[in-house]
Amino acid sequence: MVDVLIVLAKIVLALTWFLLLTLLLTWVERKESAVVQDRIGANRAAVFGRRLFGLFQPFADAIKMLFKEDFTPPFADRVLHTLAPFLSFFFVAITIAAVPFGDVIAIGGKRIPLQVADVSAGLLFILAMLSLAVYGILLSGWASRNRLSLLGGLRGGAQLISYELALGLSLVGIVMVYPSLRLSEIVHFQGPNLFGFLPRWGIVLQPLGFVVFFVAVLAETKRVPFDLPEGESEIVGFFTEYSGLKWGMFMMTDFMEVIVASCLLTTLYFGGWQVPWLGAEGFQFPWGGTWLLPKWLVTVLQVGAFNVKVAFFCWLQVLLRWTYPRVRYDQLMRFGWTWLVPLGVVNILLTALVLVL
Amino acid sequence: MKSLTVAVEIIKGGLITARHFVVNMWFHTWRFLGVRTKRPGAVTIQYPEVRRDLAPRHRSLHRLVLRPDGKPRCVACMLCVTVCPSECIFVEAAEDPDPEIQKYPARFTIDLSRCCFCGFCVEACPEDAIRMDTGKLEVAGRTRADLEYPVEKLV
Repeated sequence: MVDVLIVLAKIVLALTWFLLLTLLLTWVERKESAVVQDRIGANRAAVFGRRLFGLFQPFADAIKMLFKEDFTPPFADRVLHTLAPFLSFFFVAITIAAVPFGDVIAIGGKRIPLQVADVSAGLLFILAMLSLAVYGILLSGWASRNRLSLLGGLRGGAQLISYELALGLSLVGIVMVYPSLRLSEIVHFQGPNLFGFLPRWGIVLQPLGFVVFFVAVLAETKRVPFDLPEGESEIVGFFTEYSGLKWGMFMMTDFMEVIVASCLLTTLYFGGWQVPWLGAEGFQFPWGGTWLLPKWLVTVLQVGAFNVKVAFFCWLQVLLRWTYPRVRYDQLMRFGWTWLVPLGVVNILLTALVLVL
Repeated sequence: MKSLTVAVEIIKGGLITARHFVVNMWFHTWRFLGVRTKRPGAVTIQYPEVRRDLAPRHRSLHRLVLRPDGKPRCVACMLCVTVCPSECIFVEAAEDPDPEIQKYPARFTIDLSRCCFCGFCVEACPEDAIRMDTGKLEVAGRTRADLEYPVEKLV
């Protein structure tokens, strides 16, 4: 009974964290683009005259989206047209279950891992769910029965499948280096130090793999410079025939994918919830000092470190979005197949070579 | 080799936006804490609350200049009506009891929905009766008739 309650609480907490961060990310996107371009950004949405830097803007957007007409074109396939955004949303939302937020904590003799589901193949689970999100795109393009939307959907599908290959290849290196596919063990593995001072994070072990993974995951999130499937205002994308809340779900899925990508980057390459030199009892500095901390403070620090790292990668992805122009479709394909995939293979070979030596 | 240059340029581009972000956030933060920095964090002018100064010769909403006795200086000579390229000024002359003045405008209407703010009427006026120096920029109305400004709205 208590176990079920704990699991339920973890699900609710993780989803709340995820969705709140998504809402916040829409605000961050507006504000960060403004600051990058010497502007101020949305700051007019106010509640009782309080503006709070426009923090109410996401809620205003949500209310607007709710009250917009949800129009299904008469020529569209009603069932699939409705199903597609839900599929997209669901497969991204479920990935948060495998992300470890922190170490195992003990409350009243119970050991609770700060992770909704410690799946034994957590890495594959997240990858599989992200791959299934392609179905939402293909389905929405197809069910719209609009030939241009269909082309958009096909373009999106082709892009995602091409870059998934590079993503998978870069992760093979990770699988070779780390002892397990279980995400909590991957994070634990990154705890000790290399050469006595360097945290054994994925970025140190797999620098080339990190670059390939980062670019591939940027393409997976379907954002600038790889936002050809959508091209909100210029290219006819797969969600042309969507409006209101269903369209909003596609947009939310995008932002959620950014967060999932940040979580993956953090967990696989930047030590997850590990703080450099922080063990279970406290800091153990490489120059010899120790600084003992109470157990709860260590947990708070670790969860905080995870959040800071995720926030940094969200910030970085938004910054990249507001820096680069969109690539052309042939450039996209050529880059994916002639650069990322070979680089992924080279990374595997290099990793194997180092491991054998 | 070319791809290496491209990669370097890509990183450079990211550093430029990152620099803008950091520098602007630096000024935003100090301004938020109440410190006067040498420049604000953004170039934005928060329009309805903050307005930028207009140039002295800026042409804004028209104004009819009054004589000391409170009547418009206009003598209904029709020069502005003639010169107006968008034909938006309508003047109806009437006889003034003062023989020195001879005529006054019984009706003087500017259709602002047609006005192109060229300022020719101001240049043409021999009595310096019409000026465009009110500084009012927000001319809006819900109907077309709302934008036909009679004498009462122009003085």
